[in-house]
Amino acid sequence: MDKHSAPGPQEPNAMIGPGHSFNSVTDKISSIVLREGAPRGWWIGFGIGFVLTNMMLVSLIYLFARGTGIWGVNIPVGWGFAIINFVWWIGIGHAGTLISAILLLLRQEWRTSINRFAEAMTLFAVACAGIFPVIHTGRPWLAYWLFPYPNTMGLWPNFRSPLIWDVFAVSTYASVSLLFWYVGLIPDMATLRDRTVKIIPKRIYGVLSLGWRGSVRHWHRYETAYLLLAGLSTPLVVSVHTIVSFDFAVSITPGWHATIFPPYFVAGAVFAGFAMVLTIAIPLRRVYELQDFVTAQHLDYMARVMLATGLIVGYGYLTEAFMAWYSANPYETFMMSNRMTGPYAPVYWLLITCNILSIQALWFEKVRATPIGLFIVAMFVNVGMWLERFIIVATSLHRDFLPSSWAMYAGTVWDWSLFIGTLGFFVSLLFLFIRFLPMISIFEMKTMVPEAEVREDLL
Amino acid sequence: MAQVFKPAANTIAKLAVFGGAFFLALAVWSLNEFNRSQYMTRTKVAREQPVPFSHKHHNAELGIDCRYCHTSVETSAFAGIPPTQTCMNCHSQIWKDSPMLEPVRASFASNRSLEWVRVHDLPDFVYFNHSIHIHKGIGCVSCHGRVDQMNLTWQQSPLQMEWCLNCHRNPAAAVRPREEVFNMAWKAENQEELGARLVKAYNIESRDDCSVCHR
Repeated sequence: MDKHSAPGPQEPNAMIGPGHSFNSVTDKISSIVLREGAPRGWWIGFGIGFVLTNMMLVSLIYLFARGTGIWGVNIPVGWGFAIINFVWWIGIGHAGTLISAILLLLRQEWRTSINRFAEAMTLFAVACAGIFPVIHTGRPWLAYWLFPYPNTMGLWPNFRSPLIWDVFAVSTYASVSLLFWYVGLIPDMATLRDRTVKIIPKRIYGVLSLGWRGSVRHWHRYETAYLLLAGLSTPLVVSVHTIVSFDFAVSITPGWHATIFPPYFVAGAVFAGFAMVLTIAIPLRRVYELQDFVTAQHLDYMARVMLATGLIVGYGYLTEAFMAWYSANPYETFMMSNRMTGPYAPVYWLLITCNILSIQALWFEKVRATPIGLFIVAMFVNVGMWLERFIIVATSLHRDFLPSSWAMYAGTVWDWSLFIGTLGFFVSLLFLFIRFLPMISIFEMKTMVPEAEVREDLL
Repeated sequence: MAQVFKPAANTIAKLAVFGGAFFLALAVWSLNEFNRSQYMTRTKVAREQPVPFSHKHHNAELGIDCRYCHTSVETSAFAGIPPTQTCMNCHSQIWKDSPMLEPVRASFASNRSLEWVRVHDLPDFVYFNHSIHIHKGIGCVSCHGRVDQMNLTWQQSPLQMEWCLNCHRNPAAAVRPREEVFNMAWKAENQEELGARLVKAYNIESRDDCSVCHR
């Protein structure tokens, strides 16, 4: 409250660079969209994404033609890359929801400049995630069977199965995230409508902004709707990955059947998500010179969230190991010793290096203040979180209760091409978003400039 | 600055929103109706056969029992399609020169089966057993309809899974005394009371889990 009563609009505000006004914020952000043509870097980035997206499409078509036999999955490892990639992608989305919903409700002002592209990232990550459960069913053209609809078979889906909870969790998540993102975009699209001179973009932004005129009544209703949506999204931050973890925890497989799974998965999701937000934010602010909006302070805060959630994930790893020993269950104990010293031990220790050791660098303020250092740590975490899901899926299954069926698991060329293809799909969507929509919320950024400060001494 | 949209745009926008919801509902409803339509299930469409065999004539008018031709209905999964010899039991004496029966005689002479067109075709992954249904008191007519009134045979029931399950979930609505199973015209006076009693008496434990039919 001190901050508000203190007079003087020139007070330094770490959340936005000095010297900005309403006009300069709008100019800066909308010019990225409204400029003639895209910069060369955009074309290169989008081009790479586009090529990889096509690789994804080829992999999908070959999959539909030949079936899941082109993948590395078999008995005993019946869950492979499809589940690993699904959990990885859906986890990444969580940072967007946390930033947009929970940080809004907690009135964390630093969310303002990162929420828009973090939400976009959520949507695109969910789009990538959504591909995998559908195609891993083997007959994706019957995927609508997952939904309860009045069918001629007289059947409902099996409501006792966590896999059907997944369908609801993920589809709710996707629709609420889309709505939240779109509602946030409405005033900004009206700004673009008013700023662009060409008639076709004017029409498109005009339709998308739903007749927004920025009247007081509009704003009044808008703020209410936005808060309500934030309230709706808040439980999703914890519920979605909790239910994803149930896919594992509800089974009786050693290494999966653990009560730590829901909180451990949620922390892992936010951890992975913030790593991805940093991975995107650091190059973006540099290429588009947005250091005034995504400041060093923002990077510092995100690094702190990453460190905190990473430590929770580390605690999860410790608990898994402790419970394997403490339970005195020979199968649990074997699973854990196999994980740490068995054929997949290098992967396990690489995961520990990426997820636990690498983030210790974030204790140092110097690392948090160096974008390139942060970027490297974030990349480690991106890889580490994928390896974590690989370890969870593969080590619990490949040596199951029946030693005669033990086998090794590895992805085939098609597994990898599909996974890398979805990375390209994600990148393409992100580049399209940057080109056609304001990547930072203009109207919310304006609340950060000194002009917007409420001078209570003048009231 | 010129206006981007004409005033009519407001109406169009509202129409698009409500129209979208309406069209979605319409699409779901029509798909539902379409999947259960006669076009999809091919019910009540009489099939052309190599010989225009009439169940009405043979069963209702002449009084031949179902089991005279469908011999294995009480003992096996498949009710049985009669061999040409069964036809010739009578038709070597009656209508033996009828041109309509020429394919039957040809089949008998050449020892090659008549190729009847299948009317009731369940999906291949469904195991249906006639004998258990007969023994638990499900009448022919319950699934096949009044075959004794059909000249050319058609499929009476949709044979969709919800149709199977309707009965499996509530067999009391269809069960009848065993001695009336082959009686096409029989009707219960009080099905509710009789059904409940027979379900107990016949020890009917109707199953509706997947592996009952999808083995």
